Amino acid sequence: MSTNQARPKTFRKKIIPHTILILLGLVFSIPFMWLIATSLKSLNEISNSTLTLLPRHYHWDNYIRVFERIPYVRFSLNTLYVTVMSVIGQIISSTLVAYSLTKIDWQGKKLIFPIVIATMLIPYQVTLIPLYIIFQKLHLVGTYWPLIIPAFTGAPFYIFLLRQFFMTLPDSLVQAARIDGARELHIFARIVLPLCKPAIASVAIFTFISTWSDFLGPLIYLNDNKMYTLTLGLQAFMAEHYVEWDLLMAASVLFTLPIIVMFFFAQKYFIEGIALTGIKG
Amino acid sequence: MRGNTIKGLLFASPWLIGFFGLTLYPILLSGYYGFTKFNVFQPPEFIGLDNYIALFHDDLFWKSLRNTCYNTLIGTPVNLVFAIFIATLLNMKVRGMKIYRTVFYMPTIVPLAASTLLWIWILNGQYGLMNMLLTKLGLYAPSWLGDPAYTKPSLIMIGVWAVGNVIVIFLASLQDVPASLYESAEIDGANFMKKFIHITLPSISPIILFQLILQVINGFQYFTQAYFIIGSSGGLNNNLIGGTENSLLFYAIYLYHNAFLYLKMGKASAMAWMMFVIIGFVTWVIFRLSKKWVTYGGE
Repeated sequence: MSTNQARPKTFRKKIIPHTILILLGLVFSIPFMWLIATSLKSLNEISNSTLTLLPRHYHWDNYIRVFERIPYVRFSLNTLYVTVMSVIGQIISSTLVAYSLTKIDWQGKKLIFPIVIATMLIPYQVTLIPLYIIFQKLHLVGTYWPLIIPAFTGAPFYIFLLRQFFMTLPDSLVQAARIDGARELHIFARIVLPLCKPAIASVAIFTFISTWSDFLGPLIYLNDNKMYTLTLGLQAFMAEHYVEWDLLMAASVLFTLPIIVMFFFAQKYFIEGIALTGIKG
Repeated sequence: MRGNTIKGLLFASPWLIGFFGLTLYPILLSGYYGFTKFNVFQPPEFIGLDNYIALFHDDLFWKSLRNTCYNTLIGTPVNLVFAIFIATLLNMKVRGMKIYRTVFYMPTIVPLAASTLLWIWILNGQYGLMNMLLTKLGLYAPSWLGDPAYTKPSLIMIGVWAVGNVIVIFLASLQDVPASLYESAEIDGANFMKKFIHITLPSISPIILFQLILQVINGFQYFTQAYFIIGSSGGLNNNLIGGTENSLLFYAIYLYHNAFLYLKMGKASAMAWMMFVIIGFVTWVIFRLSKKWVTYGGE
Protein backbone atom coordinates (compact mmCIF):
# COMPACT_ATOMS: atom_id res chain seq x y z
CA MET A 1 0.00 0.00 0.00
CA SER A 2 2.67 2.43 1.04
CA THR A 3 4.75 1.75 -2.10
CA ASN A 4 1.69 2.38 -4.25
CA GLN A 5 1.31 5.78 -2.67
CA ALA A 6 4.96 6.58 -2.92
CA ARG A 7 5.28 5.91 -6.61
CA PRO A 8 2.89 8.51 -8.05
CA LYS A 9 4.42 11.03 -5.67
CA THR A 10 7.98 10.53 -6.91
CA PHE A 11 6.69 10.35 -10.45
CA ARG A 12 4.95 13.70 -10.02
CA LYS A 13 8.06 15.09 -8.43
CA LYS A 14 10.18 14.13 -11.44
CA ILE A 15 7.72 15.07 -14.17
CA ILE A 16 8.23 18.81 -13.70
CA PRO A 17 12.04 18.76 -14.04
CA HIS A 18 11.75 16.36 -16.96
CA THR A 19 9.30 18.59 -18.80
CA ILE A 20 11.44 21.68 -18.32
CA LEU A 21 14.63 19.84 -19.28
CA ILE A 22 13.11 18.34 -22.42
CA LEU A 23 11.71 21.67 -23.55
CA LEU A 24 14.90 23.62 -22.87
CA GLY A 25 16.98 20.78 -24.30
CA LEU A 26 15.01 21.05 -27.52
CA VAL A 27 15.48 24.81 -27.65
CA PHE A 28 19.22 24.28 -27.14
CA SER A 29 19.40 21.67 -29.89
CA ILE A 30 17.43 23.58 -32.51
CA PRO A 31 20.40 25.74 -33.58
CA PHE A 32 22.39 22.56 -34.33
CA MET A 33 19.53 21.09 -36.36
CA TRP A 34 19.18 24.37 -38.22
CA LEU A 35 22.93 24.41 -38.90
CA ILE A 36 22.90 20.94 -40.42
CA ALA A 37 19.63 21.49 -42.27
CA THR A 38 20.89 24.73 -43.83
CA SER A 39 24.14 23.09 -44.86
CA LEU A 40 22.13 20.61 -46.95
CA LYS A 41 19.70 23.03 -48.57
CA SER A 42 20.00 24.73 -51.91
CA LEU A 43 20.49 28.49 -51.89
CA ASN A 44 17.15 28.69 -53.66
CA GLU A 45 15.35 26.96 -50.81
CA ILE A 46 17.18 29.09 -48.25
CA SER A 47 16.06 32.34 -49.81
CA ASN A 48 12.51 31.12 -50.13
CA SER A 49 10.35 32.70 -47.49
CA THR A 50 8.45 29.53 -46.62
CA LEU A 51 9.97 27.90 -43.59
CA THR A 52 11.28 24.37 -44.11
CA LEU A 53 12.94 22.65 -41.20
CA LEU A 54 14.21 19.70 -43.20
CA PRO A 55 15.65 20.26 -46.66
CA ARG A 56 13.28 19.44 -49.49
CA HIS A 57 16.18 18.11 -51.53
CA TYR A 58 19.40 17.09 -49.86
CA HIS A 59 22.34 18.90 -51.40
CA TRP A 60 25.32 16.90 -50.24
CA ASP A 61 27.29 18.61 -52.97
CA ASN A 62 27.36 21.74 -50.77
CA TYR A 63 30.11 20.03 -48.81
CA ILE A 64 32.11 19.35 -51.96
CA ARG A 65 31.67 22.93 -53.10
CA VAL A 66 33.20 24.20 -49.86
CA PHE A 67 36.46 22.56 -50.92
CA GLU A 68 36.28 24.22 -54.30
CA ARG A 69 35.45 27.60 -52.85
CA ILE A 70 38.12 27.97 -50.20
CA PRO A 71 41.37 26.01 -49.78
CA TYR A 72 39.74 24.02 -47.00
CA VAL A 73 42.33 21.24 -46.88
CA ARG A 74 45.15 23.72 -46.68
CA PHE A 75 43.43 25.75 -43.92
CA SER A 76 42.75 22.52 -42.01
CA LEU A 77 46.38 21.44 -42.19
CA ASN A 78 47.50 24.90 -41.05
CA THR A 79 45.10 24.80 -38.13
CA LEU A 80 46.09 21.25 -37.28
CA TYR A 81 49.77 22.18 -37.25
CA VAL A 82 49.28 25.06 -34.81
CA THR A 83 46.93 22.98 -32.69
CA VAL A 84 49.15 19.91 -32.40
CA MET A 85 52.21 22.01 -31.60
CA SER A 86 50.27 23.87 -28.92
CA VAL A 87 48.95 20.67 -27.37
CA ILE A 88 52.47 19.21 -27.20
CA GLY A 89 53.84 22.43 -25.72
CA GLN A 90 51.06 22.77 -23.19
CA ILE A 91 51.37 19.18 -21.96
CA ILE A 92 55.15 19.36 -21.52
CA SER A 93 55.22 22.76 -19.83
CA SER A 94 52.12 22.50 -17.61
CA THR A 95 53.02 19.07 -16.22
CA LEU A 96 56.58 20.19 -15.40
CA VAL A 97 55.34 23.27 -13.57
CA ALA A 98 52.58 21.40 -11.76
CA TYR A 99 55.17 18.84 -10.64
CA SER A 100 57.36 21.61 -9.27
CA LEU A 101 54.39 23.03 -7.37
CA THR A 102 53.37 19.75 -5.77
CA LYS A 103 56.06 17.09 -5.59
CA ILE A 104 59.23 19.07 -5.01
CA ASP A 105 59.80 20.41 -1.53
CA TRP A 106 61.05 23.96 -2.05
CA GLN A 107 60.16 27.40 -0.76
CA GLY A 108 59.45 29.04 -4.11
CA LYS A 109 56.28 27.11 -4.79
CA LYS A 110 54.44 28.97 -2.05
CA LEU A 111 55.28 32.18 -3.88
CA ILE A 112 54.64 30.93 -7.39
CA PHE A 113 51.24 29.33 -6.93
CA PRO A 114 49.34 32.51 -5.93
CA ILE A 115 50.97 34.32 -8.86
CA VAL A 116 49.84 31.58 -11.23
CA ILE A 117 46.29 32.05 -9.96
CA ALA A 118 46.53 35.84 -10.12
CA THR A 119 47.66 35.76 -13.75
CA MET A 120 44.35 34.10 -14.61
CA LEU A 121 42.73 37.45 -13.86
CA ILE A 122 44.91 39.43 -16.27
CA PRO A 123 43.00 40.43 -19.39
CA TYR A 124 44.87 39.36 -22.52
CA GLN A 125 44.50 42.88 -23.94
CA VAL A 126 47.17 44.16 -21.56
CA THR A 127 49.84 41.99 -23.13
CA LEU A 128 48.40 41.96 -26.64
CA ILE A 129 50.18 45.02 -28.05
CA PRO A 130 53.61 44.55 -26.42
CA LEU A 131 53.64 40.89 -27.45
CA TYR A 132 52.88 41.94 -31.00
CA ILE A 133 55.74 44.42 -30.91
CA ILE A 134 58.09 41.84 -29.39
CA PHE A 135 57.23 39.22 -32.00
CA GLN A 136 57.58 41.84 -34.69
CA LYS A 137 61.07 42.73 -33.51
CA LEU A 138 61.93 39.04 -33.60
CA HIS A 139 60.59 38.96 -37.20
CA LEU A 140 58.04 36.33 -36.23
CA VAL A 141 54.86 38.18 -37.26
CA GLY A 142 53.47 36.29 -40.23
CA THR A 143 54.70 32.95 -38.90
CA TYR A 144 52.99 30.43 -36.64
CA TRP A 145 55.49 30.93 -33.81
CA PRO A 146 53.58 33.68 -31.95
CA LEU A 147 50.66 31.24 -31.75
CA ILE A 148 52.78 28.31 -30.61
CA ILE A 149 55.48 29.71 -28.32
CA PRO A 150 53.12 30.81 -25.49
CA ALA A 151 51.85 27.22 -25.20
CA PHE A 152 55.34 26.09 -24.27
CA THR A 153 55.32 28.32 -21.17
CA GLY A 154 52.25 26.72 -19.58
CA ALA A 155 48.85 28.33 -19.18
CA PRO A 156 47.78 29.11 -15.59
CA PHE A 157 44.45 27.32 -15.97
CA TYR A 158 46.08 24.03 -16.97
CA ILE A 159 48.83 24.31 -14.37
CA PHE A 160 46.08 24.77 -11.80
CA LEU A 161 44.11 21.79 -13.12
CA LEU A 162 47.15 19.51 -13.07
CA ARG A 163 48.21 20.73 -9.65
CA GLN A 164 44.81 19.76 -8.27
CA PHE A 165 45.28 16.31 -9.75
CA PHE A 166 48.93 15.89 -8.69
CA MET A 167 47.97 16.68 -5.10
CA THR A 168 45.80 13.56 -5.01
CA LEU A 169 48.86 11.37 -5.68
CA PRO A 170 50.60 10.20 -2.50
CA ASP A 171 54.00 11.80 -1.85
CA SER A 172 55.32 8.44 -0.61
CA LEU A 173 55.37 7.30 -4.23
CA VAL A 174 57.90 9.98 -5.15
CA GLN A 175 59.88 9.68 -1.94
CA ALA A 176 60.30 5.92 -2.31
CA ALA A 177 61.70 6.42 -5.78
CA ARG A 178 64.07 9.14 -4.51
CA ILE A 179 65.39 6.81 -1.83
CA ASP A 180 66.05 4.26 -4.55
CA GLY A 181 68.21 6.92 -6.15
CA ALA A 182 65.99 7.69 -9.12
CA ARG A 183 66.60 10.99 -10.87
CA GLU A 184 63.88 13.61 -10.59
CA LEU A 185 63.15 13.73 -14.31
CA HIS A 186 62.87 9.96 -14.29
CA ILE A 187 60.40 10.01 -11.39
CA PHE A 188 58.41 12.70 -13.18
CA ALA A 189 58.29 10.96 -16.54
CA ARG A 190 58.12 7.31 -15.49
CA ILE A 191 56.17 7.34 -12.23
CA VAL A 192 54.03 10.48 -11.96
CA LEU A 193 53.03 11.14 -15.56
CA PRO A 194 51.64 7.65 -16.26
CA LEU A 195 49.34 8.07 -13.26
CA CYS A 196 48.10 11.40 -14.56
CA LYS A 197 46.80 10.31 -17.92
CA PRO A 198 43.20 11.42 -17.23
CA ALA A 199 44.26 14.94 -16.20
CA ILE A 200 46.70 15.19 -19.11
CA ALA A 201 43.92 14.09 -21.44
CA SER A 202 41.75 16.91 -20.13
CA VAL A 203 44.52 19.44 -20.70
CA ALA A 204 45.15 18.09 -24.20
CA ILE A 205 41.47 18.29 -25.11
CA PHE A 206 40.95 21.80 -23.73
CA THR A 207 44.10 23.03 -25.46
CA PHE A 208 43.06 21.38 -28.71
CA ILE A 209 39.67 23.07 -28.65
CA SER A 210 40.88 26.50 -27.66
CA THR A 211 43.66 26.53 -30.27
CA TRP A 212 41.47 25.03 -33.00
CA SER A 213 38.86 27.72 -32.29
CA ASP A 214 41.21 30.65 -31.70
CA PHE A 215 40.34 33.68 -33.77
CA LEU A 216 42.17 36.71 -32.37
CA GLY A 217 45.64 35.14 -32.44
CA PRO A 218 45.56 34.20 -36.13
CA LEU A 219 43.77 37.47 -36.93
CA ILE A 220 46.65 39.49 -35.54
CA TYR A 221 49.65 37.38 -36.48
CA LEU A 222 48.82 35.78 -39.83
CA ASN A 223 48.67 37.99 -42.88
CA ASP A 224 49.32 35.59 -45.76
CA ASN A 225 46.19 33.91 -47.20
CA LYS A 226 48.06 30.67 -47.65
CA MET A 227 48.79 30.49 -43.93
CA TYR A 228 45.24 31.17 -42.75
CA THR A 229 43.66 28.95 -40.16
CA LEU A 230 40.05 27.81 -40.45
CA THR A 231 38.59 30.58 -38.31
CA LEU A 232 40.12 33.20 -40.60
CA GLY A 233 38.98 31.22 -43.64
CA LEU A 234 35.40 31.20 -42.38
CA GLN A 235 35.52 34.90 -41.74
CA ALA A 236 36.84 35.64 -45.21
CA PHE A 237 33.98 33.57 -46.58
CA MET A 238 31.51 35.93 -45.03
CA ALA A 239 33.21 39.24 -45.52
CA GLU A 240 32.06 39.35 -49.13
CA HIS A 241 28.87 41.25 -49.66
CA TYR A 242 26.82 38.31 -50.85
CA VAL A 243 26.76 35.51 -48.30
CA GLU A 244 26.28 31.94 -49.47
CA TRP A 245 24.70 30.60 -46.33
CA ASP A 246 24.50 27.02 -47.59
CA LEU A 247 28.26 26.83 -48.09
CA LEU A 248 29.05 28.82 -44.99
CA MET A 249 26.98 26.46 -42.85
CA ALA A 250 28.52 23.41 -44.54
CA ALA A 251 31.97 24.84 -43.82
CA SER A 252 30.98 25.48 -40.21
CA VAL A 253 29.84 21.88 -39.83
CA LEU A 254 33.13 20.61 -41.24
CA PHE A 255 35.05 22.95 -38.97
CA THR A 256 33.17 21.85 -35.84
CA LEU A 257 33.08 18.14 -36.65
CA PRO A 258 36.52 17.19 -35.27
CA ILE A 259 35.61 18.70 -31.92
CA ILE A 260 32.21 17.01 -31.75
CA VAL A 261 33.79 13.65 -32.63
CA MET A 262 36.42 14.21 -29.97
CA PHE A 263 33.76 15.09 -27.46
CA PHE A 264 31.86 11.86 -27.99
CA PHE A 265 34.96 9.73 -27.63
CA ALA A 266 36.36 11.55 -24.61
CA GLN A 267 33.34 12.98 -22.85
CA LYS A 268 34.61 11.70 -19.51
CA TYR A 269 37.73 13.87 -19.67
CA PHE A 270 35.78 16.99 -20.49
CA ILE A 271 33.50 16.62 -17.52
CA GLU A 272 36.22 15.48 -15.11
CA GLY A 273 38.58 18.23 -16.20
CA ILE A 274 35.97 20.91 -15.67
CA ALA A 275 34.90 19.50 -12.34
CA LEU A 276 38.53 19.33 -11.20
CA THR A 277 39.06 23.04 -11.68
CA GLY A 278 35.57 24.10 -10.79
CA ILE A 279 35.05 22.50 -7.43
CA LYS A 280 38.21 23.32 -5.58
CA GLY A 281 38.26 26.80 -7.03
CA MET B 1 67.61 21.81 0.47
CA ARG B 2 69.53 23.83 -2.11
CA GLY B 3 69.29 20.94 -4.47
CA ASN B 4 65.54 21.04 -4.10
CA THR B 5 65.42 24.75 -4.87
CA ILE B 6 67.38 24.22 -8.06
CA LYS B 7 65.13 21.30 -9.01
CA GLY B 8 62.01 23.32 -8.22
CA LEU B 9 63.23 26.23 -10.33
CA LEU B 10 64.16 23.98 -13.22
CA PHE B 11 60.78 22.27 -13.28
CA ALA B 12 59.00 25.60 -12.96
CA SER B 13 61.21 27.23 -15.60
CA PRO B 14 58.69 27.10 -18.49
CA TRP B 15 56.27 29.11 -16.40
CA LEU B 16 59.01 31.41 -15.07
CA ILE B 17 60.17 32.24 -18.59
CA GLY B 18 56.58 32.79 -19.70
CA PHE B 19 55.73 34.90 -16.68
CA PHE B 20 58.69 37.25 -16.99
CA GLY B 21 58.97 37.27 -20.80
CA LEU B 22 55.38 37.01 -21.99
CA THR B 23 53.41 38.47 -19.06
CA LEU B 24 55.26 40.77 -16.65
CA TYR B 25 57.54 42.50 -19.15
CA PRO B 26 54.71 43.06 -21.66
CA ILE B 27 52.45 44.43 -18.93
CA LEU B 28 55.08 46.97 -17.92
CA LEU B 29 55.78 47.74 -21.56
CA SER B 30 52.13 48.40 -22.29
CA GLY B 31 52.02 50.64 -19.24
CA TYR B 32 54.85 52.64 -20.79
CA TYR B 33 53.26 52.64 -24.27
CA GLY B 34 50.17 54.15 -22.68
CA PHE B 35 52.15 57.35 -22.12
CA THR B 36 53.50 57.47 -25.66
CA LYS B 37 52.50 58.19 -29.21
CA PHE B 38 53.35 55.00 -31.02
CA ASN B 39 52.43 53.84 -34.53
CA VAL B 40 54.76 50.80 -34.77
CA PHE B 41 56.87 52.29 -37.57
CA GLN B 42 58.51 55.00 -35.49
CA PRO B 43 59.84 54.50 -31.98
CA PRO B 44 57.41 55.46 -29.19
CA GLU B 45 57.40 59.16 -28.32
CA PHE B 46 56.62 60.17 -24.72
CA ILE B 47 53.53 62.38 -24.44
CA GLY B 48 52.60 62.07 -20.77
CA LEU B 49 48.92 61.74 -20.01
CA ASP B 50 47.72 62.82 -23.46
CA ASN B 51 46.30 59.41 -24.37
CA TYR B 52 44.27 59.27 -21.18
CA ILE B 53 43.03 62.81 -21.65
CA ALA B 54 42.11 62.06 -25.26
CA LEU B 55 40.19 58.97 -24.16
CA PHE B 56 38.32 61.02 -21.60
CA HIS B 57 37.06 63.25 -24.43
CA ASP B 58 36.43 60.41 -26.83
CA ASP B 59 32.70 59.67 -27.24
CA LEU B 60 33.39 56.28 -28.80
CA PHE B 61 35.47 55.26 -25.80
CA TRP B 62 32.57 56.02 -23.44
CA LYS B 63 30.17 54.31 -25.80
CA SER B 64 32.33 51.18 -25.81
CA LEU B 65 32.59 51.24 -22.03
CA ARG B 66 28.82 51.65 -21.66
CA ASN B 67 28.11 48.83 -24.12
CA THR B 68 30.53 46.55 -22.29
CA CYS B 69 29.08 47.37 -18.87
CA TYR B 70 25.56 46.78 -20.19
CA ASN B 71 26.44 43.37 -21.55
CA THR B 72 28.39 42.35 -18.46
CA LEU B 73 25.89 43.65 -15.91
CA ILE B 74 22.94 41.95 -17.59
CA GLY B 75 24.66 38.96 -19.14
CA THR B 76 26.44 37.80 -15.96
CA PRO B 77 23.38 37.37 -13.70
CA VAL B 78 21.35 35.91 -16.56
CA ASN B 79 24.06 33.32 -17.24
CA LEU B 80 24.60 32.43 -13.59
CA VAL B 81 20.92 32.14 -12.68
CA PHE B 82 20.22 30.05 -15.75
CA ALA B 83 23.21 27.77 -15.12
CA ILE B 84 22.25 27.21 -11.48
CA PHE B 85 18.65 26.56 -12.51
CA ILE B 86 19.58 23.90 -15.06
CA ALA B 87 22.19 22.35 -12.77
CA THR B 88 19.62 22.09 -9.98
CA LEU B 89 17.18 20.34 -12.30
CA LEU B 90 19.90 17.96 -13.47
CA ASN B 91 20.85 17.24 -9.89
CA MET B 92 17.33 15.99 -9.05
CA LYS B 93 18.48 12.49 -10.03
CA VAL B 94 16.42 12.61 -13.19
CA ARG B 95 16.89 9.79 -15.63
CA GLY B 96 18.99 10.51 -18.66
CA MET B 97 21.02 13.10 -16.76
CA LYS B 98 24.03 12.38 -18.97
CA ILE B 99 22.05 12.99 -22.14
CA TYR B 100 20.71 16.30 -20.88
CA ARG B 101 24.17 17.29 -19.71
CA THR B 102 25.54 16.57 -23.17
CA VAL B 103 22.79 18.62 -24.81
CA PHE B 104 23.51 21.66 -22.66
CA TYR B 105 27.28 21.26 -22.83
CA MET B 106 27.58 20.82 -26.60
CA PRO B 107 27.15 24.50 -27.55
CA THR B 108 30.19 25.45 -25.45
CA ILE B 109 32.59 23.35 -27.47
CA VAL B 110 31.49 24.74 -30.83
CA PRO B 111 34.16 27.24 -31.90
CA LEU B 112 32.94 30.80 -31.45
CA ALA B 113 33.59 31.51 -35.10
CA ALA B 114 31.17 28.77 -36.15
CA SER B 115 28.53 29.35 -33.48
CA THR B 116 28.48 33.09 -34.10
CA LEU B 117 28.04 32.55 -37.84
CA LEU B 118 25.23 30.14 -37.07
CA TRP B 119 23.50 32.69 -34.86
CA ILE B 120 23.95 35.45 -37.42
CA TRP B 121 22.09 33.17 -39.78
CA ILE B 122 19.39 32.20 -37.27
CA LEU B 123 18.80 35.85 -36.39
CA ASN B 124 18.86 36.99 -40.02
CA GLY B 125 15.98 39.46 -40.34
CA GLN B 126 14.62 38.08 -43.58
CA TYR B 127 15.34 34.35 -43.83
CA GLY B 128 16.44 33.51 -40.30
CA LEU B 129 14.77 30.75 -38.34
CA MET B 130 13.92 33.01 -35.40
CA ASN B 131 11.91 35.51 -37.39
CA MET B 132 10.23 32.85 -39.48
CA LEU B 133 8.97 31.23 -36.29
CA LEU B 134 7.95 34.56 -34.75
CA THR B 135 6.07 35.55 -37.90
CA LYS B 136 4.29 32.19 -37.93
CA LEU B 137 3.19 32.78 -34.36
CA GLY B 138 2.00 36.23 -35.34
CA LEU B 139 4.58 37.95 -33.16
CA TYR B 140 6.76 40.97 -33.87
CA ALA B 141 9.91 39.99 -35.73
CA PRO B 142 12.64 42.53 -35.04
CA SER B 143 15.84 43.00 -36.97
CA TRP B 144 17.87 41.31 -34.25
CA LEU B 145 21.37 42.24 -35.31
CA GLY B 146 20.46 45.42 -37.15
CA ASP B 147 18.25 47.29 -34.68
CA PRO B 148 20.38 48.84 -31.91
CA ALA B 149 17.64 48.09 -29.39
CA TYR B 150 17.99 44.38 -30.08
CA THR B 151 21.68 43.84 -30.80
CA LYS B 152 22.84 43.51 -27.20
CA PRO B 153 19.89 41.39 -26.03
CA SER B 154 20.70 39.11 -28.99
CA LEU B 155 24.25 38.71 -27.72
CA ILE B 156 23.02 37.92 -24.23
CA MET B 157 20.75 35.26 -25.70
CA ILE B 158 23.67 33.75 -27.63
CA GLY B 159 25.67 33.83 -24.40
CA VAL B 160 23.05 31.84 -22.50
CA TRP B 161 23.10 29.21 -25.21
CA ALA B 162 26.81 28.69 -24.57
CA VAL B 163 26.74 28.55 -20.78
CA GLY B 164 27.15 24.74 -20.65
CA ASN B 165 30.53 24.59 -18.94
CA VAL B 166 29.21 26.71 -16.10
CA ILE B 167 26.29 24.27 -15.81
CA VAL B 168 28.72 21.35 -15.59
CA ILE B 169 30.73 23.09 -12.86
CA PHE B 170 27.61 23.89 -10.83
CA LEU B 171 26.30 20.36 -11.30
CA ALA B 172 29.57 18.89 -10.02
CA SER B 173 29.50 21.20 -6.98
CA LEU B 174 25.84 20.38 -6.28
CA GLN B 175 26.72 16.70 -6.26
CA ASP B 176 29.33 17.50 -3.63
CA VAL B 177 26.81 18.91 -1.14
CA PRO B 178 26.55 16.29 1.62
CA ALA B 179 23.21 14.46 1.52
CA SER B 180 23.12 14.48 5.33
CA LEU B 181 22.46 18.23 5.30
CA TYR B 182 19.31 17.75 3.23
CA GLU B 183 18.17 14.80 5.31
CA SER B 184 18.31 16.66 8.58
CA ALA B 185 16.51 19.62 7.00
CA GLU B 186 13.79 17.28 5.78
CA ILE B 187 13.31 16.01 9.29
CA ASP B 188 12.77 19.63 10.31
CA GLY B 189 10.12 19.80 7.60
CA ALA B 190 11.92 22.14 5.17
CA ASN B 191 10.38 22.34 1.70
CA PHE B 192 12.24 22.51 -1.60
CA MET B 193 12.68 26.30 -1.68
CA LYS B 194 13.85 26.43 1.93
CA LYS B 195 16.41 23.71 1.33
CA PHE B 196 17.59 25.49 -1.80
CA ILE B 197 18.06 28.84 -0.08
CA HIS B 198 19.46 27.62 3.24
CA ILE B 199 21.54 24.63 2.16
CA THR B 200 22.20 24.54 -1.57
CA LEU B 201 23.10 28.17 -2.22
CA PRO B 202 25.44 28.58 0.78
CA SER B 203 27.15 25.26 -0.03
CA ILE B 204 27.95 26.27 -3.58
CA SER B 205 28.59 29.95 -2.80
CA PRO B 206 32.40 29.72 -3.30
CA ILE B 207 31.79 28.32 -6.77
CA ILE B 208 29.28 31.07 -7.50
CA LEU B 209 31.89 33.65 -6.47
CA PHE B 210 34.54 32.07 -8.70
CA GLN B 211 32.17 31.91 -11.67
CA LEU B 212 30.94 35.44 -11.05
CA ILE B 213 34.49 36.79 -11.26
CA LEU B 214 35.25 34.77 -14.40
CA GLN B 215 32.04 36.00 -16.05
CA VAL B 216 32.86 39.62 -15.29
CA ILE B 217 36.40 39.25 -16.63
CA ASN B 218 35.20 37.51 -19.77
CA GLY B 219 32.48 40.13 -20.15
CA PHE B 220 35.10 42.86 -20.34
CA GLN B 221 37.08 40.92 -22.94
CA TYR B 222 34.08 40.22 -25.15
CA PHE B 223 35.37 40.27 -28.71
CA THR B 224 34.94 37.48 -31.26
CA GLN B 225 31.15 37.34 -31.40
CA ALA B 226 30.82 41.09 -31.81
CA TYR B 227 33.65 41.19 -34.37
CA PHE B 228 31.89 38.63 -36.55
CA ILE B 229 28.51 40.33 -36.29
CA ILE B 230 29.96 43.73 -37.14
CA GLY B 231 31.78 42.13 -40.05
CA SER B 232 28.59 40.47 -41.27
CA SER B 233 26.90 43.83 -41.69
CA GLY B 234 29.80 45.01 -43.83
CA GLY B 235 30.83 47.17 -40.90
CA LEU B 236 34.49 47.61 -41.57
CA ASN B 237 33.94 48.90 -45.09
CA ASN B 238 31.23 51.36 -44.11
CA ASN B 239 33.30 53.14 -41.53
CA LEU B 240 30.89 51.76 -38.97
CA ILE B 241 33.30 50.04 -36.69
CA GLY B 242 30.72 49.05 -34.12
CA GLY B 243 27.63 47.78 -35.94
CA THR B 244 24.41 49.77 -36.19
CA GLU B 245 24.77 53.04 -34.30
CA ASN B 246 27.88 51.52 -32.73
CA SER B 247 25.64 49.41 -30.53
CA LEU B 248 28.16 46.56 -30.79
CA LEU B 249 31.23 48.68 -30.17
CA PHE B 250 32.60 46.85 -27.15
CA TYR B 251 35.68 47.84 -25.23
CA ALA B 252 37.85 45.06 -26.68
CA ILE B 253 36.60 45.85 -30.20
CA TYR B 254 37.45 49.53 -29.92
CA LEU B 255 40.83 48.66 -28.43
CA TYR B 256 41.55 46.29 -31.31
CA HIS B 257 40.55 48.92 -33.89
CA ASN B 258 42.76 51.53 -32.28
CA ALA B 259 45.71 49.17 -32.18
CA PHE B 260 45.54 47.27 -35.43
CA LEU B 261 43.35 49.38 -37.71
CA TYR B 262 44.44 52.93 -36.83
CA LEU B 263 47.83 51.83 -35.46
CA LYS B 264 47.36 54.01 -32.39
CA MET B 265 49.27 51.62 -30.18
CA GLY B 266 49.72 54.21 -27.43
CA LYS B 267 46.03 54.98 -27.12
CA ALA B 268 45.17 51.27 -27.28
CA SER B 269 47.71 50.51 -24.56
CA ALA B 270 46.18 53.20 -22.37
CA MET B 271 42.81 51.52 -22.94
CA ALA B 272 44.28 48.13 -22.05
CA TRP B 273 45.68 49.44 -18.81
CA MET B 274 42.41 51.11 -17.89
CA MET B 275 40.67 47.81 -18.53
CA PHE B 276 43.21 46.10 -16.31
CA VAL B 277 42.58 48.58 -13.52
CA ILE B 278 38.79 48.35 -13.90
CA ILE B 279 38.84 44.54 -13.80
CA GLY B 280 41.18 44.58 -10.81
CA PHE B 281 38.93 47.03 -9.00
CA VAL B 282 35.71 45.17 -9.78
CA THR B 283 37.28 41.87 -8.69
CA TRP B 284 38.40 43.49 -5.45
CA VAL B 285 34.91 44.87 -4.80
CA ILE B 286 33.33 41.48 -5.51
CA PHE B 287 35.78 39.84 -3.11
CA ARG B 288 35.09 42.40 -0.40
CA LEU B 289 31.34 42.02 -0.75
CA SER B 290 31.65 38.24 -0.97
CA LYS B 291 32.50 37.98 2.72
CA LYS B 292 28.85 38.71 3.39
CA TRP B 293 27.45 35.86 1.32
CA VAL B 294 30.13 33.28 0.69
CA THR B 295 30.59 30.49 3.23
CA TYR B 296 33.70 28.33 3.16
CA GLY B 297 33.81 24.75 4.32
CA GLY B 298 30.46 25.06 6.06
CA GLU B 299 29.65 21.56 7.25
